[in-house]
Amino acid sequence: MKTDALIERLAADAAPVRRSAAARTLALGLGVGAFVSAAAMLAWIGIRADSATAMAGWPYWMKFAYTLAVALIALGAVERLARPGARARAAWQSLPLGAMALGALVQWLATPDAEHMHLLLGVSHTVCPWRIVALAMPVFAGLLWSLRRLAPTRPAVAGAAAGVLAGAAGAWIYAFACAESSVAFVAVWYTAGIALTGLLGALIGRWALRW
Amino acid sequence: MLAASQGDGAAYRALLAALASHLRAYYARRLARSADAEDLVQETLIAIHVKRATYDPALPFTAWLHAIARYKLIDHFRRSRLRRTLPLEDAASVVAEERTEAAEAARDVERLLAALPEARRNLIRHVKLEGLSTAEAAAKTGLSESAVKVGVHRGLKKLARMIREGTR
Repeated sequence: MKTDALIERLAADAAPVRRSAAARTLALGLGVGAFVSAAAMLAWIGIRADSATAMAGWPYWMKFAYTLAVALIALGAVERLARPGARARAAWQSLPLGAMALGALVQWLATPDAEHMHLLLGVSHTVCPWRIVALAMPVFAGLLWSLRRLAPTRPAVAGAAAGVLAGAAGAWIYAFACAESSVAFVAVWYTAGIALTGLLGALIGRWALRW
Repeated sequence: MLAASQGDGAAYRALLAALASHLRAYYARRLARSADAEDLVQETLIAIHVKRATYDPALPFTAWLHAIARYKLIDHFRRSRLRRTLPLEDAASVVAEERTEAAEAARDVERLLAALPEARRNLIRHVKLEGLSTAEAAAKTGLSESAVKVGVHRGLKKLARMIREGTR
């Protein structure tokens, strides 16, 4: 086809685009994914039995705060990586993990030696990262759907950022079901689940996000 | 692009036509076969159309356009399994490309400048773009040196305000 003819056809199709169209696409993928993931958590694991009492203590909120902070940073990165020419900044990325490491250290030093293994491994370290990866999958699928409608010029990096965001969202949802309360446990095993999802995201993004 | 996003077909057609010749030069410089270049021009125009929602009006249009053009070029190399090796005699054309990218940035600048009154526009062009000293610019325009300084300062201030307000 002649380029001029193509231009005519594209110009004839110049429907207005809302300024917020890209943000809406991302929000839709993220929202639907998170909804499915939350439903899966309720059906599969269920909310922890002691929610009412646990809510009084800070460890309950620590898990939500950490995963939410990671999710917000990853969301910012995904939003920029979805737009050609927008630079991804890397200023805040390690802040939540750094805060968790510090908190874990304080808790570690304040605990008798005999309980250290319990701080680190809890009762669920063998299942925790895998459950997070599993609960992240619906969110990741939603984000892939969104990103394919946008324009990530670095597919692997965008896939990794989407993976981290999905992992953090999955971990946030899992926090409703998880009864662990040690900072070290969250810093290690939650992070492991999020990082695994990020790695998976990079691998999948490499080929799934081409356009 | 902004007019095009609001559904102005005529402005959009003009933009696409300008981009087409621009992209043709961009790809012709980087590809041996001109048929490939034309394919890529069309592919990139389609991508610009389909992905136009990802253009953020707060960011420079040229950066957005370039990222898409470069992505399509890399995609082309990946598909055709060519390595981007560069014979030494082509090095000059790479240097020339750098100049083209600067020229595109200059296009953004020119559009902003167009909104200034002519005298002030010329002052900024002399002092900031052509690199004349204040004294040289004063001699050229017949103004006093302090008038040149004030004119440049106010002009830049207006430009900065326009960028902040997203007038482009």
